[in-house]
Amino acid sequence: MIASVTPIIRLAFASLLNRRATAVLTMLAIALSVMMLLGVEKLRRDAKDAFANTISGTDLIVGARSGSIQLLLYSVFRIGNATNNVSWKSFKALSEHPQVAWSVPLSLGDSHRGFRVLGTNNEYFQRYRFARKQSLAFAQGENLSRPFAVVLGARVAKELGYVIGEKIVLAHGSGAVSLSLHDEHPFEVAGILAPTGTPVDRTLHVSLESITAIHSQTPPRTQSKRDARRARLQVFIERPEDRDLTPSSITAMMLGVKSKVGIFRLLRDINQYEDEPLLAIIPGVALQELWDLLGVAENLLRLVSVMVVFSGLLGMLTVILASLESRRREMAVLRSVGARPVHVFALFLSEAAALTVVGVVAGIVLLNLAIVVGREYAAAQFGIQIPLALPTSADAQLLIYVVVAATAIGLVPAVRAYKMVLADGLSMKL
Amino acid sequence: MRTSTTLPEQQIIELNQVRFAWPKQAPLLDIEAFAVRRGERVFLSGPSGSGKSTFLNLLGGVVRPRSGTVRILGTDASALSGRRMDAFRADHIGFVFQMFNLVPYLSVLENVMLPCQFSKSRANSAVSRSGSLRADAQRLLDALELPGAIVNGRNVNAMSIGQQQRVAVARALIGAPEIVIADEPTSALDEDTRERFIELLFCECEARGTTLLLVSHDRRLGKLFDSEVSLLEINRASTTQ
Repeated sequence: MIASVTPIIRLAFASLLNRRATAVLTMLAIALSVMMLLGVEKLRRDAKDAFANTISGTDLIVGARSGSIQLLLYSVFRIGNATNNVSWKSFKALSEHPQVAWSVPLSLGDSHRGFRVLGTNNEYFQRYRFARKQSLAFAQGENLSRPFAVVLGARVAKELGYVIGEKIVLAHGSGAVSLSLHDEHPFEVAGILAPTGTPVDRTLHVSLESITAIHSQTPPRTQSKRDARRARLQVFIERPEDRDLTPSSITAMMLGVKSKVGIFRLLRDINQYEDEPLLAIIPGVALQELWDLLGVAENLLRLVSVMVVFSGLLGMLTVILASLESRRREMAVLRSVGARPVHVFALFLSEAAALTVVGVVAGIVLLNLAIVVGREYAAAQFGIQIPLALPTSADAQLLIYVVVAATAIGLVPAVRAYKMVLADGLSMKL
Repeated sequence: MRTSTTLPEQQIIELNQVRFAWPKQAPLLDIEAFAVRRGERVFLSGPSGSGKSTFLNLLGGVVRPRSGTVRILGTDASALSGRRMDAFRADHIGFVFQMFNLVPYLSVLENVMLPCQFSKSRANSAVSRSGSLRADAQRLLDALELPGAIVNGRNVNAMSIGQQQRVAVARALIGAPEIVIADEPTSALDEDTRERFIELLFCECEARGTTLLLVSHDRRLGKLFDSEVSLLEINRASTTQ
């Protein structure tokens, strides 16, 4: 038996080669389904990574009391709006909390041509970390040291075609089209950040003071009032120390703790803060919560790709079963030259296995080919780098399941062939 | 392979009181005695439905008798396990069928060498005779008037039936099995090719002392053989019907 396994495998390949057209189509169906399965897995993994990589190095995010996912969404992902603000007093108090090492204020609410504007300070550029604690880097220019300076995220600069020194006007609210423009004083592009693959790329950063300055009064309705306001803003530009541009409130804050041990204590202190209802979240925990919410869609996607693989394998079953009847003579011939029923069984099983293994390999190749072709476009169009999808160990496990399932399915024609051989013996059914 | 010495050496096939019936059916075969001597050329005639296929399946050990013994080369085939019987058949018996003898996806040479994949003793015998399996297959094909020019790179399905049948004979003979069983090998051939085919078959069997059992309904061929047996006559089950 063992000695004659090799000829059986050789026979299986010769037989498949002889029925090239159907074999190639069957293999292709399996390849495409495997390509989809691996593609979905890769997408899922990449999305999860990108997601988890959005913010790191920040121990707590604090905002007005609402839901933790909502807070995460507006403070980190710039999605949605805060229902309430945090008073500057609370920000000050928390900044001086003995457990707090650093604090960065975040003020949201304005936008520029559909991109969110974040009011913050220069510390933000040092404190905000993404992926494996990578800092933000300036591709060009400098930070917010000058008044009415704006630092653009990579995507903003690319999409709007802004360069250093360009003057832009912010709008109140977050819509792409706003009726209320802060056009008394334009901002000047001071710096452009390097791409990060996070929402930072889609954000305009300005100083908290300049946000305060443009919001300090209700928009003046007459020309004279407008002139007067412009004059006040001029004062801010020339002698910022002369005006108190401390905001009365901010949207949220990022906090760093002195020691990780104190993090839960601080969390409790903030959540039970007496002067104001506040909510503190640990970014990693909230990210996981949010990802779990998306888990349903993720599982659904997975289910679909598993079904596609299954239908590919069913296609193979159909092809092999359909060929059984016409191969009865071949089986009798094999029997007459000494093949045992087990050999015929093994022949059909190896044909199924060979189709699947070749299909799986072709699926991996096809997926990577698609990535190679597609990634230039993705890089040019969306600025994202797609790495090749070389199978991970998790993929390998998945692929082993595919081959096992295929072999299990291949048992059906193999068992039928075995029974046929036993029934037919050496007689040629003509 | 176990060879019993109690039997006369020349008795290569010996059936004794063999009865066979498919489950829940009337007896199909009931043969008191049937014997073939070593090197003999036996013609077995029988119309279709006379139990010919079942008889050949009994000889090949694919089915077992209800009672009685089937001895091949002194070995009780009905006592062998299915696995041993398959190996025994591969080692000692070459088969030629009526048509569609060849595995369609193998080349002519691969078809001829096929039995050697399943029988070590036939592979060894072929190699010791011609140096390699390929050379021995080629030699047999040459002897059967299928020179390399016809055979090489040729799709078996593109060959004429006469050529295909000769390839089947080469396959049955490779590695010198003691017995060749041919089931209606000529019925798909026309008159001229039939004669030549039988001639070549005899010639090759004679050259290596192979015992030949040819089954056919065409009794005109019978006179060419050493002995002629009618299945209808030896099968008591068929005469009682």
